[in-house]
Amino acid sequence: MILQRKSDVFFSSLAVGVLLMCLIFLDAAVSQRLDREVVRERREIVRVLELTDLCLFTEARYTRHPSMADLHTPFQDHPLALEHFPSGSVMAIPPHLKLQDSGE
Amino acid sequence: MGALEKQRHILDFTLSSLGRRKGKNIALIIVYTFVIFLLASVLFLTDSLKKEASQILQDTPEMTVQRLVAGRQDLIPVHYIEAIKQIKGVQSVTPRLWGYYYDARSGANYTLMVNAELNDHAGEIIIGTGVSMRNATSMPNHAVWKNDVLPFKTYDGSVVPLKVKGFLSSSSELVTSDLVLVSEADFRKIFPIAKDHATDLVLKVRNGKELATIAAKITQIHPDCRPILREDILRTYNAVFDWRGGVILMVLAGGFFAFIILAWDKATGLSAEEKREIGILKAIGWETSDILLMKFWEGAAVSLTAFFMGIFLAYLHIFLASSILFEPFLKGWSVLYPHFRLTPYVNGYQIAVLFFLTVIPYTVVTIVPSWRSATIDPDSVMRM
Repeated sequence: MILQRKSDVFFSSLAVGVLLMCLIFLDAAVSQRLDREVVRERREIVRVLELTDLCLFTEARYTRHPSMADLHTPFQDHPLALEHFPSGSVMAIPPHLKLQDSGE
Repeated sequence: MGALEKQRHILDFTLSSLGRRKGKNIALIIVYTFVIFLLASVLFLTDSLKKEASQILQDTPEMTVQRLVAGRQDLIPVHYIEAIKQIKGVQSVTPRLWGYYYDARSGANYTLMVNAELNDHAGEIIIGTGVSMRNATSMPNHAVWKNDVLPFKTYDGSVVPLKVKGFLSSSSELVTSDLVLVSEADFRKIFPIAKDHATDLVLKVRNGKELATIAAKITQIHPDCRPILREDILRTYNAVFDWRGGVILMVLAGGFFAFIILAWDKATGLSAEEKREIGILKAIGWETSDILLMKFWEGAAVSLTAFFMGIFLAYLHIFLASSILFEPFLKGWSVLYPHFRLTPYVNGYQIAVLFFLTVIPYTVVTIVPSWRSATIDPDSVMRM
């Protein structure tokens, strides 16, 4: 008789866990293949419309277009204004702003 | 008795022992699963966003030139184009006109952008899916249809009615959700931007290797300009969603350390019952190594169960339920939030990171205190 002992149940559930993990990888691989066309379409729109950023946060201009932002946009209200947009706390500063913020 | 059979007997005993403290262990597995779920969800979401950004933004402009005044981006005079065009290696320079528009009716922010193809169709616009659902907040189930007219308030208070000519595909929502494409004439009607100014300039170069040199020359000719390279844009999305930095790490670290305290407390503070159990096992002839094996299996059973469940639930959450639990957090104050389905990207590195951050520490904190109890005299352990 299968699963007579508790260790049998344990090993079976372990096997189910490993199987689920394999299914995750399989689903990811299949989805990537199926989404190729969507990615191509998005890429084409970016090229044609000359877009620079993902539309993830629309609440503040420096999180809507982080790559186009300057270092001082979070202090837009006055020099001592604290960051108040939630998305501003989620995103880290774009690396090119740390390296060179010329022109000010 | 073979080595394998011995292990199975010890495992049988361990599982029975866990079953005797059912309530406590189930509560522990639930909390443990939740921590792994949270960690895995953040990891899956940020990695997929990064991967998606790196693929989609491959064809973003090679170089964008902005003008900075007093540390802020300002409108760039169109005559800057002439000098930039003279730089060797520059193929073309085109001005871009774009800006933000606050729609008081829905409370949403749109990105208004001039599209050359609409220049012959003044009075018409093409909108993103998010904009078409703009009335959803005030009038549920009311979307904008083709040929509907949307009113846009201009800088001087008058209203420009613009007819919806078409929609940007919903599959491109990740980049176009808040986009409104307008003609140049309409754009300049809405915003007070003089004809000789643009928002920024977009460059095409003949040889990608010369980008840095051309950027340096531009800042030499126009010191108030800032060139942003495609590489910078791609790096931005690699950095802004780095789960190992920023507030995301702070939030995760809070949850993770709360779990460590829980696990440590559970594991170090062996209950009198558990200590007595160890004492009895030693008294009836179990070796210290057998007890450690038993505790290893205990830690492995709890942590592996939580590990598999946590990862599976996180995968469902991010890729099938569109990160529904993170939505309020990601949405912030945005009225217009894109609804997109991310392509799942899962790799061995993510799973290994999660494994070493959760399963290994828990298994270790389970074994160490038991080793201490198992090495002392069984008689004194049972008297405790």
